[in-house]
Amino acid sequence: MPGSPDIGTSRRDVFLAGAACAAAPGAAGAHAQNAAAAEAPSMTGVAFTVNGTPRNLVLDTRTTLLDALREHLHLTGSKKGCDHGQCGACTVMVGGRRINACLSLAVMHEGDTITTIEGLGTPGDLHPMQSAFISHDGYQCGYCTPGQICSSVAMLEEIKAGIPSHVSGDLNRVALSEAEIRERMSGNICRCGAYSNIVEAIVEVAGRQA
Amino acid sequence: MRPFTYERAASPAEAAAAAARNPEARFIAGGTNLLDLMKLRIEAPAHLIDVNHLGLDRIEETPEGGLRIGAMVRNTDLAAHAKVRRDYAVLTRALVAGASGQLRNKATTAGNLLQRTRCPYFYDTDMACNKRSPGAGCAAIGGFTRHHAVLGTSDACIATHPSDMAVALRVLDASVETVKADGTTRSIPMADFHRLPGDTPHVETALEQGELITAVTLPPPAGGVQLYRKVRDRASYAFALVSVAAIVQRDGSGRVALGGVAHKPWRLEAAEAELKRGAKPASDSLLAGARPTPHNEFKLRLAERAIASVLAEGRN
Ligand SMILES: Cc1cc2nc3c(=O)[nH]c(=O)nc-3n(C[C@H](O)[C@H](O)[C@H](O)COP(=O)(O)OP(=O)(O)OC[C@H]3O[C@@H](n4cnc5c(N)ncnc54)[C@H](O)[C@@H]3O)c2cc1C
Ligand code: SF4
Repeated sequence: MPGSPDIGTSRRDVFLAGAACAAAPGAAGAHAQNAAAAEAPSMTGVAFTVNGTPRNLVLDTRTTLLDALREHLHLTGSKKGCDHGQCGACTVMVGGRRINACLSLAVMHEGDTITTIEGLGTPGDLHPMQSAFISHDGYQCGYCTPGQICSSVAMLEEIKAGIPSHVSGDLNRVALSEAEIRERMSGNICRCGAYSNIVEAIVEVAGRQA
Repeated sequence: MRPFTYERAASPAEAAAAAARNPEARFIAGGTNLLDLMKLRIEAPAHLIDVNHLGLDRIEETPEGGLRIGAMVRNTDLAAHAKVRRDYAVLTRALVAGASGQLRNKATTAGNLLQRTRCPYFYDTDMACNKRSPGAGCAAIGGFTRHHAVLGTSDACIATHPSDMAVALRVLDASVETVKADGTTRSIPMADFHRLPGDTPHVETALEQGELITAVTLPPPAGGVQLYRKVRDRASYAFALVSVAAIVQRDGSGRVALGGVAHKPWRLEAAEAELKRGAKPASDSLLAGARPTPHNEFKLRLAERAIASVLAEGRN
């Protein structure tokens, strides 16, 4: 994300920073020095439903929802891009609303209903948004795609619910348009730059729903 | 991330008491700022107190005709609330100009107010930062300062407050309601809520140790044309270089607050007295005493032009 040092940290920088913290806590500032390496992880139980299946997990409290889904439930469709809420590759739906699974603790989802890309459709029975992404070539490498699809499905519901956006001229009459879709999808980055095809796919599904 | 224990608070007062007992505890709301900083070890709490289930997620009308917004109301729900859209449009406009759809679905009223600066030196734990480690020095001063503050800075810190929502709340004369560890409550006007950096840039608000935000209250609607103009490096999903929240009345009077220029939303009642004379005298007064750097002095002209443009739109 050029020109914006705040959220412009590259994925590589973030990984390097993470690695530095893990390998040499003493170098990572005063707080890290307080955190003695010997501090034991704290474990907590949590129960939630993922794609219709009830799940019970006992997790290190530090586990994000994204890591619980990928590492513990082996639902690897949701992707880890930046791990800082900047890229949207980890987007899942909780109670039908899209969120960044990387910036949410798994233990905070007690009783929640979570939908990931695996729950939207299967290879034999695709969700209309998945089919539209295929027919419009809404991806190249595919890494951001699960997040793009989960985000776009929930985003269309936000438009239907009349939730305004930055480009809504009239806050009380939200209408579907390409500009609305682009603005509302800005939390999902595609570094292959498949944006125009992504928008076409979403427009097609929105048109069919209308 | 440092290991931490986790509890779900049972009531606002108990949450405040638990946080006051343990200086290493933090409240967690949406988690979108705190977890980001914990991953980088900029924040390293030993205990998290989840304040999401305390009934603080409602928006109610006050007897005075204003609104009381629960501390845990999500940014999306606040922006979409029918009365906010109609009577406090500057707040909806500011909220939807911030972050992304996913983040706004999680981000809360209290968490948004308390989000920390986006100063890149604050984020880089190899750099000196008085806000992160009091007394360590400030690597931003003399560094790359395009995004930094031009007003209200000190020799200890030149960071900005990144919230869009806070700028709208300032122009709306909102107040922040809290409960302290001993169970007492108070109401802090937005004008006094965020602090200038001074010698203690790590002390960012008027809150005491353990003090919990329970709500933000809006006075009865101010009317007028309500606008929020955010100028940034991209059309969407970027922090403000400069932003303007304005309420413009038919007679030319009004209110103006700036974001992206200081450690808190920047509003001066004296500058508003100049509004009837025009945008230029008002922005001259609002920007008086600025201490820009060669990297960020563009923000002064940008602010002046953004104010002029918003006022022209409001008077149309
Ligand atoms: C990629 C990215 C882009 C962003 N862009 C923007 C932008 O353009 N504009 C903008 O304004 N914001 C932006 N944000 C910031 C976002 O708005 C904040 O992360 C969010 O508002 C924080 O709210 P939260 O509920 O998740 O807070 P949390 O992360 O849960 O908490 C933040 C702080 O508040 C404290 N806290 C929480 N609740 C209470 C309470 N009730 N009482 C006392 N203390 C409390 C916590 O202890 C913590 O210190 C962006 C964030 C990201 C990750
Ligand atoms: S400007 Fe403030 S936040 Fe940034 S490095 Fe200096 S002290 Fe830290």
